[in-house]
Amino acid sequence: MTMIFGVPLAVFMGQLMLGLINGAFYALLSLGLAVIFGLLKIINFAHGAQYMLGAFAAMLALEYLGINYWAALLLVPLVVGALGVVIERLVLRRIAHLDHLYGLLLTYGLALILEGTLINIFGVSGSSYPTPEALLGGLNLGFMFLPTYRAWVLVAALVVCVGTWFVIERTRLGAYLRAGTENPALMQAFGVNVPQLITLTYGFGVALAAFAGVLAAPLYPVSPTMGSSLLIVVFAVVVIGGMGSILGAVLTGLAMGLIEGLTKVYYPEAANTVIFLVMILVLLLRPAGLFGKEA
Amino acid sequence: MTFNRKTLASSIALAAATLVASSAQAQMSDDELRIGYLADMSGTYRDLAGPGGLEALKMAVEDFGGEVNGVPIEVFSADDRNSADVGANTVRGWIDQESVDLVAGMVASSVSIAVSKLLEEAGGLAIISGSAASSITNEHCTPNHIHWVYDTYPLANGTAKAVVDQGGDTWFMLTADYAFGHALEADVTKVVEENGGEIVGGVRHPFPTSDFSSYILQAQGSGAKIVGLANAGSDTVNAIKTASQFGLVQSGQQLAGLLIFLNDVHAMGLESTQGLLLTTGWYWDMDEQSREWAERYFERVGSMPTMVQAGVYSSTMHYLNAVDEADTDESQAVRAQMAATPVEDFFSRNGYIREDGRMVHDMYLAEVKSPDESTGEWDLYTIKSTIPADEAYRPLSESQCKLVQN
Repeated sequence: MTMIFGVPLAVFMGQLMLGLINGAFYALLSLGLAVIFGLLKIINFAHGAQYMLGAFAAMLALEYLGINYWAALLLVPLVVGALGVVIERLVLRRIAHLDHLYGLLLTYGLALILEGTLINIFGVSGSSYPTPEALLGGLNLGFMFLPTYRAWVLVAALVVCVGTWFVIERTRLGAYLRAGTENPALMQAFGVNVPQLITLTYGFGVALAAFAGVLAAPLYPVSPTMGSSLLIVVFAVVVIGGMGSILGAVLTGLAMGLIEGLTKVYYPEAANTVIFLVMILVLLLRPAGLFGKEA
Repeated sequence: MTFNRKTLASSIALAAATLVASSAQAQMSDDELRIGYLADMSGTYRDLAGPGGLEALKMAVEDFGGEVNGVPIEVFSADDRNSADVGANTVRGWIDQESVDLVAGMVASSVSIAVSKLLEEAGGLAIISGSAASSITNEHCTPNHIHWVYDTYPLANGTAKAVVDQGGDTWFMLTADYAFGHALEADVTKVVEENGGEIVGGVRHPFPTSDFSSYILQAQGSGAKIVGLANAGSDTVNAIKTASQFGLVQSGQQLAGLLIFLNDVHAMGLESTQGLLLTTGWYWDMDEQSREWAERYFERVGSMPTMVQAGVYSSTMHYLNAVDEADTDESQAVRAQMAATPVEDFFSRNGYIREDGRMVHDMYLAEVKSPDESTGEWDLYTIKSTIPADEAYRPLSESQCKLVQN
């Protein structure tokens, strides 16, 4: 059998595939963070909690309202995104003129409140969310058994990432957004409602987190703490990619998934730290991140 | 004169009564018996002990009548946040300011070891219900604590031996990369090899890990019949869930969970856990007595008790009986009284407290039911066999405990 650095080719291919899937997931989460930071300059530490809310909302919707997975995939991001709009209107707007650090602390506080409240109501063990029937089973790729649901996660995450990148970088709406954050006064003079644009952007970033949450619900136990463990990794991805760079977030997300996957084969003990090692290296060599613009 | 005589008589009676009362109270160190419940109330181990364990403790105090030897029993609690520092500081405060008589609960082994060292210096008493490390009554034993519910020794001994006996002789180990995982892996390896099995591979994963797909793929590639999970809590839950998605069981391999609690199985659902073998110190539905208590607990808490929560009740009741019997709250006298009394209640069968502080009792090998077999939300296990008390735990002849004369 062909070996790659002591690992059979089939196993190696399987690990690359899994790395890519995890990477797509990281990309989706870091994309939301990058959109919010890039356009609003808010370091959204509540992103993990909003992702968790997405998964929880999907679970509760199924349990109490009988709303199935496919409907949840559309509805939950809308509902959680609307909550994001409320948060932006009520609190974030009031500190918009202050240093970034205040936004970070405020959103971190929000995340702790959300998490603590849900822990008190639901406990920490979490519950399971059934995989939708159409996506049960798996494909035999020859080198591995790929559960259909994971393949779907890869496709769905990539489609949303590319779509978001396209809207922001290639459409008129995206141009307004970028211009609005560069020079709000000028845009307002042109008759563009900049505060509304900002509110909607935050809501959209939050909706992306919630979408990732719904995607994650059948994969991991739905628990109030599911976001906090992931958030740090996702932040590392955003820093490596360059804070605020949309393309950077997506490409780095995919790359980090692959690097982490390979570490799991060759030196599993380091799998949780390898991303941070990369982050240190990148910060030393390119402080603005791989795709970031020097300030 | 009649009046004077009456006054005199009642004065004497009053004086006598006061004397009797104070002589009864002289055995108790202050005018209350104080029990502090220390556990993870908000983190990873909340559901297996946490607020539910506190409720179980309160049930025991209420069932006992709320007072012992004429003094009321007071219960208070604190969150140790799974930190040995926080736990030890809390208990130090309890000793200095609250003159606590018993520390109950305790989950993270690091907290239990730190607190028992502290109590050894201060002369207090603890009953540990949630911790897993068998070292708590081995190299870390003290005359000041008792370990009640289970430990890593029967977990390995029970599950691994049963699995090898059933033909599962090649193992792949999925181990959490920290002290607890390593200890459990070592115990399992020993049991598997002693019983004619072989460890063909393994992977040590970081703690905690949310994505197990890569490790499950490696386990599938190993060709081992059994995938042993030497981890706990959310790691075990994630590993089992992922194994189910990748069709590990369908492709002919079997999972062996080494530390799994009722709340874990409940959270994962039977679809992904069916057929899983595990060792437990107690199960709510194992007989009439346990069911009766569990249903009372359920009414107050809204979920069925784990073995830890049941153990908190059982140990508190045993402690209160000993205080009553010994007529004192002095820790060594109470401990001696507890050790002199067999532990037979809804929780423990053939139980007794050994000189190393281990409460030895029957353990059980359980199998998780399939969704078809289960008749309700909490109908989760079938008890396959009983591991007799004296076979379950580390024999005293192998003990490194300083209290044991080998």
